[in-house]
Amino acid sequence: MASDGPTPLERFLNGILPENPVYRQLLGMCPTLAVTGNMKAAMTMSAAVLFVLVCANIIISLIRNLLKPHLRIVVFVLTIATFVSIADRLLAAFLYDMSKELGPYIPLIIVNCIIICRCEVCASKQSIPTAVADAVGQSIGFALALASIAGIREILGTGQWFGLTVLGKDWWPAWGIMVLPPGAFITLGFLLGGANWLGSLGRPKTAAAA
Amino acid sequence: MATVYIKQAWLVLILAIVFAAALACIQAGLSPRIEANKRNETYDQIPVLVPGADQAATEEWATDDGKIAYKAVSADGEAVGWVIKGAGQGFADKIELLIGLDAEATRITGLFVLEQKETPALGSKIADKSDPWFRDQFEGKSAAEDIAVTKASPVEGTNQVAAISGATISSEAVSDIVNDAVKEFRDRINDLTPMSQE
Repeated sequence: MASDGPTPLERFLNGILPENPVYRQLLGMCPTLAVTGNMKAAMTMSAAVLFVLVCANIIISLIRNLLKPHLRIVVFVLTIATFVSIADRLLAAFLYDMSKELGPYIPLIIVNCIIICRCEVCASKQSIPTAVADAVGQSIGFALALASIAGIREILGTGQWFGLTVLGKDWWPAWGIMVLPPGAFITLGFLLGGANWLGSLGRPKTAAAA
Repeated sequence: MATVYIKQAWLVLILAIVFAAALACIQAGLSPRIEANKRNETYDQIPVLVPGADQAATEEWATDDGKIAYKAVSADGEAVGWVIKGAGQGFADKIELLIGLDAEATRITGLFVLEQKETPALGSKIADKSDPWFRDQFEGKSAAEDIAVTKASPVEGTNQVAAISGATISSEAVSDIVNDAVKEFRDRINDLTPMSQE
């Protein structure tokens, strides 16, 4: 495979930190804010995104030489919508409670920019192994980002993590606002700021300004 | 011209057909399971909605035109109440409810939200599992007269329930759905006949 662009390993690693979909690319903000009220919902969403992204990347990579430039977005959306519908039905059949809790946010994966971005940037240009590595890497990056936000929100908001009590009810007042929409914005803001600050430490000052 | 379009779009057309077929297969394969999930959700609620009901003894009754009601039966075979479904437009999307009634359909014994997409943290409180104060208000209300939603504190002994603050439309939607479903059920209770169990 002499295709240009990053190798599968580079693609995989890039997705986790250097090009993290949430903290670096600021993509997929809708689920990042909407379903991070608790860990279970966030991890179910991550798994659904993993499924959709891997499947869509495989199909797009498979047909990448047949794509017409001006019709490629139509093909991406068609492919993504199909796998999102499949994920939605699978959840309704096998994880019914989760499917009800996530409600419209599973169908909304269709408009999750991470997936169409990976189809455009990687899968429509590179071979299947690279596309799969890219999909898995990006999904892990997405899952870690969601876990960081959901973990903070669930612990501060309810005193629990994955439904298990970590902060006792007796002394932790459970900041209700953390599981409500404002808590999502506050948490994401602080974490993004922290991520940018950490990222800027390694760079000399002039490069950071560029 | 037509050949130009087909040359351009054949891939989209073929993918559309293939994907549609795949989705049809998935839907056909999974829909019995999804329906069973929904059914179990209803059945699990019957003992909660009607005190003394035994889930396994539940009978399905229906009118000639297919309106279904669940007859709640206690473990020793006594009819203890009914569970009916109600649906209607909420603030965001359709709301689907299960309503528990006593055996003569004179009082509401419980309320459960099967389906809702109301605003999280406001309207979604109609379905709040950890704090069901809104639904609990319906318990014991008379089924003979309409339930009214009030933004003030409800008057004791009347058919008033307090609205969820910030979610008056969702609250009113729930009470409207309950009123309509209960009224229809009371009008047609004599048309119901037991369905044959499979």
